[in-house]
Amino acid sequence: MYASGKYSSRGPALIPRMKTKHRIYYIALFSVVLLGLIATGMFQFWPHSIESSAEWTLEKGSVHDAPLIRLPASSPIPERGDLSCRMHTCFDVYRCGYNPKNKIKVYIYALQRFVDEFGVPISSTGLSREYNDLLSAISDSDFYTDDVTRACLFIPSIDVLNQNSLRIRETAQALAMLPRWDKGMNHLLFNMLPGGPPDYNTALDVPRDRALLAGGGFSTWTYRQGYDVSIPVYSPLSADVQLPERQPGPRRYFILSSQTAIHREYRAELERLKEENGEALLLLDKCSNLSQGAASARKRCCKGQVYDYPQILQESSFCVVLRGARLGQAALSDVLQAGCVPVILADSYILPFSEVLDWKRASVVIPEEKLSEMYTILKSIPHRQVEEMQRQARWFWEAYFSSMKAIGLTTLQIINDRIYPYAARTYEQWNNPPVVKWSSVNSPLFLPLIPPRAPGFTAVVLTYDRIESLFRVITEISKVPSLAKLLIVWNNQNKSPPEESLWPKVGVPLKVVRTKENKLSNRFFPYDEIETEAVLAIDDDIIMLTSDELQFGYEYFNYLYTYKMPGDIKNWVDAHMNCEDIAMNFLVANITGKAPIKVTPRKKFKCPECTAIDGLSLDQTHMVERSECINKFASVFGTMPLKVVEHRADPVLYKDDFPEKLKSFPNIGSL
Amino acid sequence: MQAKKRYLILLSAGACLALLFYLGGVELPAARRSRQDRSRSGYRPEQPWPHYSDPLHAFLPWDQTDTEDYNLHISPTQKRDVNRSVYRGKRCRMDSCFDFSLCQKNGFKVYVYPQQKGEKISESYQNILSTIEGSRFYTSDPGQACLFVLSLDTLDRDQLSPQYVHNLKTKVQSLPLWNDGRNHLIFNLYSGTWPDYTEDLGFDIGQAMLAKASIGSENFRPNFDVSIPLFSKEHPRTGGERGFLKYNSIPPFRKYMLVFKGKRYLTGIGSDTRNALYHVHNGEDVVLLTTCKHGKDWQKHKDARCDKDNAEYDKYDYKEMLHNSTFCLVPRGRRLGSFRFLEALQAACVPVMLSNGWELPFSEIIDWNTAAVIGDERLLLQIPTTVRSIHQDKILSLRQQTQFLWEAYFSSVEKIVLTTLEIIQDRVLEHGSRSSLMWNSHPGGLFALPQYSGYLGDFPFYYATLGIKPYPKFTAVIHAVSPLVSQSQPILKLLVAVAKSQYCAQIIVLWNCDKPLPAKHRWPATSVPVIVIEGENKVMSSRFLPYESIVTDAVLSLDEDTVLSTTEVDFAFTVWQSFPERIVGYPARSHFWDSNKERWGYTSKWTNDYSMVLTGAAMFHRYYHFLYTHYLPSSLKNMVDQLANCEDILMNFLVSAVTKLPPIKITQKKQYKETMMGQVRKHQSNFIIITNRP
Repeated sequence: MYASGKYSSRGPALIPRMKTKHRIYYIALFSVVLLGLIATGMFQFWPHSIESSAEWTLEKGSVHDAPLIRLPASSPIPERGDLSCRMHTCFDVYRCGYNPKNKIKVYIYALQRFVDEFGVPISSTGLSREYNDLLSAISDSDFYTDDVTRACLFIPSIDVLNQNSLRIRETAQALAMLPRWDKGMNHLLFNMLPGGPPDYNTALDVPRDRALLAGGGFSTWTYRQGYDVSIPVYSPLSADVQLPERQPGPRRYFILSSQTAIHREYRAELERLKEENGEALLLLDKCSNLSQGAASARKRCCKGQVYDYPQILQESSFCVVLRGARLGQAALSDVLQAGCVPVILADSYILPFSEVLDWKRASVVIPEEKLSEMYTILKSIPHRQVEEMQRQARWFWEAYFSSMKAIGLTTLQIINDRIYPYAARTYEQWNNPPVVKWSSVNSPLFLPLIPPRAPGFTAVVLTYDRIESLFRVITEISKVPSLAKLLIVWNNQNKSPPEESLWPKVGVPLKVVRTKENKLSNRFFPYDEIETEAVLAIDDDIIMLTSDELQFGYEYFNYLYTYKMPGDIKNWVDAHMNCEDIAMNFLVANITGKAPIKVTPRKKFKCPECTAIDGLSLDQTHMVERSECINKFASVFGTMPLKVVEHRADPVLYKDDFPEKLKSFPNIGSL
Repeated sequence: MQAKKRYLILLSAGACLALLFYLGGVELPAARRSRQDRSRSGYRPEQPWPHYSDPLHAFLPWDQTDTEDYNLHISPTQKRDVNRSVYRGKRCRMDSCFDFSLCQKNGFKVYVYPQQKGEKISESYQNILSTIEGSRFYTSDPGQACLFVLSLDTLDRDQLSPQYVHNLKTKVQSLPLWNDGRNHLIFNLYSGTWPDYTEDLGFDIGQAMLAKASIGSENFRPNFDVSIPLFSKEHPRTGGERGFLKYNSIPPFRKYMLVFKGKRYLTGIGSDTRNALYHVHNGEDVVLLTTCKHGKDWQKHKDARCDKDNAEYDKYDYKEMLHNSTFCLVPRGRRLGSFRFLEALQAACVPVMLSNGWELPFSEIIDWNTAAVIGDERLLLQIPTTVRSIHQDKILSLRQQTQFLWEAYFSSVEKIVLTTLEIIQDRVLEHGSRSSLMWNSHPGGLFALPQYSGYLGDFPFYYATLGIKPYPKFTAVIHAVSPLVSQSQPILKLLVAVAKSQYCAQIIVLWNCDKPLPAKHRWPATSVPVIVIEGENKVMSSRFLPYESIVTDAVLSLDEDTVLSTTEVDFAFTVWQSFPERIVGYPARSHFWDSNKERWGYTSKWTNDYSMVLTGAAMFHRYYHFLYTHYLPSSLKNMVDQLANCEDILMNFLVSAVTKLPPIKITQKKQYKETMMGQVRKHQSNFIIITNRP
């Protein structure tokens, strides 16, 4: 100790003072150490793409290659799910944080095979086909992250879809062993068949701490509203059977019951309904004479007659979905796929995705007690509503039930919407089939609000260089009492607008905007200067003899013109120097679903001295070109949004035999 | 010495090496794992989960459901009984704690206990009770009732409050119809008190439902309780102010981005969020102001920031901020709900909720994401970024929705109470209940009655949303009051003219004349079916009964002496197709405020404006027949029947109240007016309007 202390205190002099033999020895030693360091460093930081690809393909091959994990018997068990859990108490929102894309990040644990002390697996089936599909779909989606530190939601690869195949205690222990388990915080479990005999609990019996449960067959007493997600029970027939979509309308049977495991009490009730109402009902059951096997699941029988299942479901308007041992029934999925309206009899059942789906539009829910009144209740539903429900049922299946992918991604989207509620899909977006989305009208300005007179309107005059005509228009407009502002769009880049002193004196603010390019679309640009809701757009060659004759567009539509108009159309308008007004009409009709309202009954709109060459709209080729416009616009909008209207708005006392001076708008209509 | 030194250095170098390998060896597996992860993203970013291709089992063996023959030892009926006995108290649901059989015979009727002498009732609760008593659900016979409402004031259950009713427990238990609270509805605004503000009402509510403000999602029994908004003593009983949004501004930004002004609690429940608000306040477009000045001894508890906060607080005017802000922060108070919520809603200031666990008002039916921003108290510091990231279009639409919701469900005590009752009615008549679209779009659930039809296309309001058009024909309903004596009577001419219209599907003649029906051959032959209905009690209101024979969406309502040509009828129909939710017709009238008499007046004088179109010649949707008959309070209909007049004014009131829009007058030939002014309506000038707008 003493010696080393002495030498080290001398520090730098150590090596020179040593003998050459020793020096080589030491240099060699240090080189080895150095090399070791470098090697370790390289091993750590070398790009590993090449070497690891072999491992990757190996892992992809088979579930049997997944690492085997032995659970000690004493391994901890999570607590049972806490019924009072809600997003704000049991979910760690900091892991999701602010995210410009408003998208949660989901991590999937790598597959492990858990066995107990004696080597017996915790699940009789291991990873099921459906769960593999589900996890594959999630890993292919935008939600997925492979970075466990950035994840907001964790999905274990332990398959708990069917509780029947699980050993409850061991599964719980396996969950608790997950490296990020942390009392189940932000973990999501998928389960479709909860409970077991004799009393079939309505939620997964595996203790799971605070984990979220996406469960099929929740009852109102086990479902934690706003925390759990109610999911459908996937029907394997969804993938096996292609049922073409059928047009909604009346079917051969009115009510069909196709489930096989119906309690005898209910079956007796159904038989009684059948006796009362005869051929309108069809009650099917298992085929007793067929050999057992998977194929028998595709057949149903009634009095010796054999029917194909699920095809037969398409032959009925309503299909009964009765609770079985569990509340969630795979038959619901088959029924929806067939476009048959489900009649759901399962008291206290939380319907699949009930947080976002409006089941009233696609199904009829009847209390189990009222099974005997089912026929009367269903008969009271108007035909058109039944058709609407048939369409909606089929659409629900296509969008949310048809595959494990659909089910999984819908679940994640629901959780995503809770975490970023301000970016959530609206209820209508969840529930409207695409057909409706296209044909319906939905604008942010939907309130039946009549703008008051007080704020007035802004007149936007588009001009090129016809100053005399322009000044006349300005003078006329300025007489209108509700005019708030005049905005002149000076579309001539080669010429400056006249000096301030030359402009007519008007009582309202007048602003001139010089544009960079001579474009007709400039008239609909949402200038910051426009502060009123109403905008009057006029050309400089239109003499407004009276202030009463106005064509109102709304500022909002101006705004839409620039920001919402498909870019294609806008460019086309600018290139052709025509049709900007038609484009505006297309846009307004498309947004409001209504025809424009014509106001003035005047015939003459043109200034007398504007010649045909001068006036843009009088060009010979003009009419032809404008027809061109209409065709082009219709193709870009994908439909013909213009609505035909056969009336116009007149002042109340228009043309009435009444003293002119008492009329609000006496100057309208002098032809 | 040398050797010793050498060995030492050798040893330490060896130790270094061993350490290196040891470290490297341990790190290796970890490094490899992270490498795998990275390689996944590098190599197959689209396939991070190995899409196992082995033949895997299906999760559901094909025979599982067959073999699980369930509950052989217990029948479904027994199971339901078990549920009813097990799920009580905090686990009450409609299935277990509500007796549906009471509602079966008489429909959804509500009984209010008679008020007992000496019981003090607060003004707010009095308003609630009188609303129920004036509604169409009310029954005075407990034997007919489906729902019971106490006359004991349960609104304020804060023991420190002067409104607190003592001994409620014994009073409630002694009620003869109490029946452990079954089918009872209890209204409450405040529960619990300092320091923990529990949500317990201080008496055993048994199996009763709660209509409660500030209810937390842990205590909320879904589809059983109803969350109502916190409203003040001054909240009007009926009518109510309209929303403050008068016109849309584009772009939709206002002077402030986000504002709040309110109390700050220094300690205790609910103080965390309000204490932290100053972090977000920037004094420019995010103005969050708190004051410590509340309570008697605030000076004692005040902290270092109080004086500065108080000074800042006094600089701003709350009303000014409310009207000039795009978003309004609604943080929880001591309880979860706060008055700020309704204030912001009315002011078209989009509420930003910071109240974790609050079950928002009427959450069962309202999609709050379309009208408010639901924030998280834990993420307070992100709130400014969040609201700034919201797109202009979304702001516009949020703002409009605040106005719609305010006017549809919140503007008066009456609306809040009726919404509560309608929600419960929807549960009782489950298969005939409103869809979410009816609740969340104009004109709202109170005006869209599901008893009329479950099909949205049968209503006048949803054509645009569904992308469909009304049925392209109309039914004419002619109201006949005078006997048929000559073949040149106006009614016969009218019949012929209307029947010639290309849009006419059928004509219904409502025979409200004391003389017997004329023989069939006396009616002119027409190409469309003419149905003659003899009015049962010949009252005015019967012209608006929802007759089953009306199969078209449009109804042309006509007086017997109306003179119309076929073209005029056709034109009226084409105009109506553009405005199916409004009254479209010929004779227009208006109302005015008579400042001398300080009351409303009615005029048929020629004016430049109009607010009514008389139903003597008007086209409207048949749904209004249903609303007139089933929605309007019977007091108004009785008045109309007694006067044998004003049914047309009432109809205009109804339609305008529903649509918030005026009717549409169409051009007519002059002769219509002459007959109208000649005889039928004698007292037309300065007629007194019969009620405030509903």
